[in-house]
Amino acid sequence: MADFFFGLPVLLQAVLKGIAVIIVIFPVAAACSMAERKVCAWIQGRPGPNRTIFPLFRGIPGMGVLQRLGVFQLVADGLKFLFKEEPTPGHVNKLYYTLAPVIAMVPAFTTVTVVPFGAYLGSAGSVVPLSLANLDIGILAVFAVASLGIYSLILAGWASNSKYPFLGSVRASAQLISYELSMTLAVLPVFLWVNEPGSTGSLSLARVVEFQSRAGFWGGTWFLFTMPVSAFIFAVALFAETNRQPFDMAESEADLVGGFHTEYGAYKWALFFVAEYANMIVGAGVFALLFLGGWNLLPWVPLASLLGWLHHATGSALWLHPLVAGIVSIAIFIAKILATLFVFMWVRWTLPRFRYDQVMRIGWQKLLPLSIANLIVYTVAIALMQR
Amino acid sequence: MEQIAFASIAAFTLACALGVVLAKNTVNGAMCLLLCLAGVAGLFIQLHAYLLAFLLVLVYAGAVVALFLFIIMLLGAHGGQPWRFRAFQAFAGVVAAALLITGLDMISLRGKTDAGPPVAGAGVGSSLKLYADQLFTTYLLPVEVMGFLLLVAMLGVIVLSRRPTEGEATE
Repeated sequence: MADFFFGLPVLLQAVLKGIAVIIVIFPVAAACSMAERKVCAWIQGRPGPNRTIFPLFRGIPGMGVLQRLGVFQLVADGLKFLFKEEPTPGHVNKLYYTLAPVIAMVPAFTTVTVVPFGAYLGSAGSVVPLSLANLDIGILAVFAVASLGIYSLILAGWASNSKYPFLGSVRASAQLISYELSMTLAVLPVFLWVNEPGSTGSLSLARVVEFQSRAGFWGGTWFLFTMPVSAFIFAVALFAETNRQPFDMAESEADLVGGFHTEYGAYKWALFFVAEYANMIVGAGVFALLFLGGWNLLPWVPLASLLGWLHHATGSALWLHPLVAGIVSIAIFIAKILATLFVFMWVRWTLPRFRYDQVMRIGWQKLLPLSIANLIVYTVAIALMQR
Repeated sequence: MEQIAFASIAAFTLACALGVVLAKNTVNGAMCLLLCLAGVAGLFIQLHAYLLAFLLVLVYAGAVVALFLFIIMLLGAHGGQPWRFRAFQAFAGVVAAALLITGLDMISLRGKTDAGPPVAGAGVGSSLKLYADQLFTTYLLPVEVMGFLLLVAMLGVIVLSRRPTEGEATE
């Protein structure tokens, strides 16, 4: 199976990988919107969507659970977006109006390819990371491609040719650029630490996980514990970059109706939200890789030792099989992403939205100096430590 | 195959660059600039200079052109005098381009610089470290000078954009 895949022409492989990304991420991102509604309902003490069901499924036992979880509501919403009439307002710039949701989707899905999502045990006990495209400049590629997502907001707001979307996109463009700085500066200490003297320099995300799964107390510590300030700045900037609640200036339904997507409806509108959730998934994944130890179950318990223990406890060599190891590591990684996404939603339904001037003040006057100070402190500390 | 890819990307980049200059609508011009930068990044990737390609996308495509669009939106796409293409400007442009091409040609053909760009031939894994080494040794002075120039430019902008009185405020 694997040999057959790698025997295919490179272009065909790339197309297949792209289709795989769309098939996996699109429904998951859509499911996130349902999870959001359920988490919101749970926090607000109400049941949330729990009525929808296919008429034919009503008699089947076990379907009631899915019904109460809102699974069918998700399907109904998806179909509704597909079959709804999709009017294009007469006053818009048609080219950019249509292009904006597409531009939102492309960077969100492209970044998925460079994020490693699991590992398996190769020969001689080495841990081989799994990813669609293993780039040496991993984190830079994620930042570079993700930063292109801003054009969807700008073009959507400009092409809509009306006041609220325009204000939303002007806010979005200023906000995203402001927080990108702090975000980049916050991850620098991690890569300074990982690139020890004598090693070949690398910005690969898999390398960061490898570093967090070494033996010994300091080797196995997640960067969340050794660099809490970096993790905090990165998380806050991530909220701002993905336009999540305390920072959702671009959308801000209380004062801007819907911000950049006010003039959008039906499937184009849904595409913006799938892209937003896809961005959140990738962001949560990068956070898990950088600060939460990637595919290691617990701090000081790397994947290799976990599988080794399972092997000894059950006496079955099945645990060391690459396929099983891969599934275990992917499951651990996905669990971490889901936990991070839950925090995203938890914050959204807990904190009120900032005012726009507060967003700018936090970005430039609080977060940026903090991240620069953090960088300087860690640079000195790492230089002394790795001397 | 490589020749075809290079020719098509280069043609695309040049066409987009022309689009930037000739576009009537400033937003179209900015989008052409974005595509042009994407084309240049593609050319860098063809030269195996992945780091440069992604830095170009991150800084210029991701932030600078976004700021251009921000300014265009704030000023209004149709505001200001429509720019007209005059014979003098065309002449100056041709002379500048010729000088630039001659300069690049002199550098690349006569080998005037001691250490060429560390891109060609370097493996992907080692390129990042090579870049860093070169930046902090061979090219330290140019980097510092560029940094200083940017600082001067930034101070200049602050001085120029300060409005002395409310009455003189210009749009």
